Amino acid sequence: MSDARTEVLARVREALGRGTDAAPAPAVVPRGYRPAGEHAPGSEPVLELLVDRLVDYRAHVHRVAGAEVADVVARLVEEVRTVAAADADDSHRAAARPAPGSVVVPDGLDRAWLAGLSGDDVRADARDEPLTATELDGACAVVTAARVAVAETGTIVLDAEPDQGRRAISLVPDVHVCVVRTDQVVQTVPEAVRLLGEHPGRPQTWISGPSATSDIELDRVEGVHGPRTLHVLLVS
Amino acid sequence: MSTFLGMPDAGAPATVSGVGRPDDPLHWGATFPDAARTALADEQLRRNLGNATSTIRAKRARVVGEVPDWEALRDAGSALKTDVMTRLPELLEELERNVTARGGVVHWARDAAEANRIVAGIVRAKETDEVVKVKSMATQEIGLNEALAEEGVAAVETDLAELIVQLADDMPSHILVPAIHRNRTEIRDIFLERMADAPPDLTDVPRELAMAARAHLRRKFLSAKVAVSGANFAVADTGTLAVVESEGNGRMCLTLPETLVTVMGIEKLVPTFDDLEVFLQLLPRSSTGERMNPYTSLWTGVTPGDGPQEFHLVLLDNGRTKVLADEAGRSALHCIRCSACLNVCPVYERVGGHAYGSVYPGPIGAILTPQLTGEKSDLPYASTLCGACYQVCPVKIDIPSILVELRAREVELSGAAPDTADRVWQAAMKAASYAMADGGRFRRAARLPRALRAIARHGVIRRLPFPGSLWTRSRDLPEPPRQTFHDWWAARERRAGTRQEGER
Ligand code: SF4
Repeated sequence: MSDARTEVLARVREALGRGTDAAPAPAVVPRGYRPAGEHAPGSEPVLELLVDRLVDYRAHVHRVAGAEVADVVARLVEEVRTVAAADADDSHRAAARPAPGSVVVPDGLDRAWLAGLSGDDVRADARDEPLTATELDGACAVVTAARVAVAETGTIVLDAEPDQGRRAISLVPDVHVCVVRTDQVVQTVPEAVRLLGEHPGRPQTWISGPSATSDIELDRVEGVHGPRTLHVLLVS
Repeated sequence: MSTFLGMPDAGAPATVSGVGRPDDPLHWGATFPDAARTALADEQLRRNLGNATSTIRAKRARVVGEVPDWEALRDAGSALKTDVMTRLPELLEELERNVTARGGVVHWARDAAEANRIVAGIVRAKETDEVVKVKSMATQEIGLNEALAEEGVAAVETDLAELIVQLADDMPSHILVPAIHRNRTEIRDIFLERMADAPPDLTDVPRELAMAARAHLRRKFLSAKVAVSGANFAVADTGTLAVVESEGNGRMCLTLPETLVTVMGIEKLVPTFDDLEVFLQLLPRSSTGERMNPYTSLWTGVTPGDGPQEFHLVLLDNGRTKVLADEAGRSALHCIRCSACLNVCPVYERVGGHAYGSVYPGPIGAILTPQLTGEKSDLPYASTLCGACYQVCPVKIDIPSILVELRAREVELSGAAPDTADRVWQAAMKAASYAMADGGRFRRAARLPRALRAIARHGVIRRLPFPGSLWTRSRDLPEPPRQTFHDWWAARERRAGTRQEGER
């Protein structure tokens, strides 16, 4: 009996009525779809569209100037802490809400964005010095950058580079603060895929709003296992 | 809303236990007509499914409508999948090369048993008795959970609906929303009875139910050593795999454990990374009716320091090469499991997923299941041939034509006497008349197959164009009487005599 690999491949060839001859040339695929949007990346119509889509998915969007990032990050973290502390009194929700904890950041994040936080509050994570899953679970929020955003679908893509970090850090904490530069916003999915295709081997996470389920009577519930709150800082 | 997906007997306590886990996930329960009879008697189920499917249909229509180049995307998706099938041996080898080069281990499995053995072997080597799972049709199809249970390994489903189905010892009834047949009260009862750490004062508010599942699963995510997933797409030229999901349970499984095992049908390939730009537009809008699903994960082999440091990819045949060998039915392998065809199907809407007796229900199940198993089946009759499935399919699978072809073969294969063929044909036509009498939109369906029109015009068909020609070659078929679906069922009932309701 031949091994499974040989046999499966032989079955495939037989099913196609082919021997081990050379493969047919790739078919010419009709690509009549839009390779790009009508608006330039980072242009105002594209930004407005992104904001509209993000809000539609119940993400919180903040349009800020570069110098304001640190203040807004500090304010959002403060808010998270206040909510978490209040929830701790309510036994029902406390189980699902993390206690006030530190803010996780990837070690390549622009430190200027964290200037409004006290140094003790921040824990850096790196591939060679990773926090444990339990430590991430105890964090109150994570702040990351992004690789690209797609306006039409309200999607932000992280590709795990040092300013975005390991995939786990933007997953386990309950609040994700994601800083997106306006020049990173493209209109369509193909524009983003082409850009990401320059480094296809990087692990990617495409995020469109907070996690959600519609499994119970198709009633949408935001926030299941991923972060239940997504803040997007759109920085010009 | 508490009766939205309720049981017919509203006064009785909800039934927690489901239909049980079958030995063969592709062939279980009563025959389609018998199972459908039971389901059709359940007015509540029909109403609930009607509500649910019409909700998804409307969502899909809205987000598809806002894409100006939708048809061009469908054409590209269809052509890409055709190309994949034509070059499948080389693309599989290319995928294997690229996954291996990035530190992954590729396994090949001829059938379900072999795939299960491979996964069990990997899990055993990790000395763990629990694995977390991402919702996956391929692992449903091979009955992986049951196989692992025999090895003493608990496979924990982490998708909310799959968890509900698993806890209730039930079977999924929809590709995308496996617990579509359960209402919120039943789900609360299932959690209270079967989930040890469910809060005792749990109500049936969906948000609370979801949070109970979150708390229940979080500990498992944080401690799991091994995860098992399926894949929506595999990119041959880079070795990249993609999983599309909503809840974040997929990300948990794909990111936190040390070891990841992905089981994938050999047809799930796309040729190049750029081709994802087509499918990542087609799938979410067709499936959940969202512009994009909340989370999509892409990974390529092993990334040092990020995510699982051991990655196994199991490439599964399990009947797929049989489907591939069938030129007329081959395109069933193009399916990207969006479930749009279920949601528009007048038959699915009325009988629900369980009647199909397969993990693949609805129109795609009616063609894929018999092709995968190669067994005799009445599933090709589970259709009115109204053509709605073809119109919504994001990769343009011509399901009605394949159904007609499969019906023709059933009749040929059975070597049936002409009167048997008559009955089979009549059954199909009556099913059609039922749906069309019941909803004007199907009467207006643009793509009523030529076979039906031929019947309407002449009393007797003598010759149909291929593939119907296979059927009409040797016999004339009388025009079916004008009879409603309910009359047909009633007649069947009388013939069936003493059969018990709901037998399985
Ligand atoms: S056959 Fe088409 S519509 Fe049906 S699930 Fe597959 S891809 Fe979707």
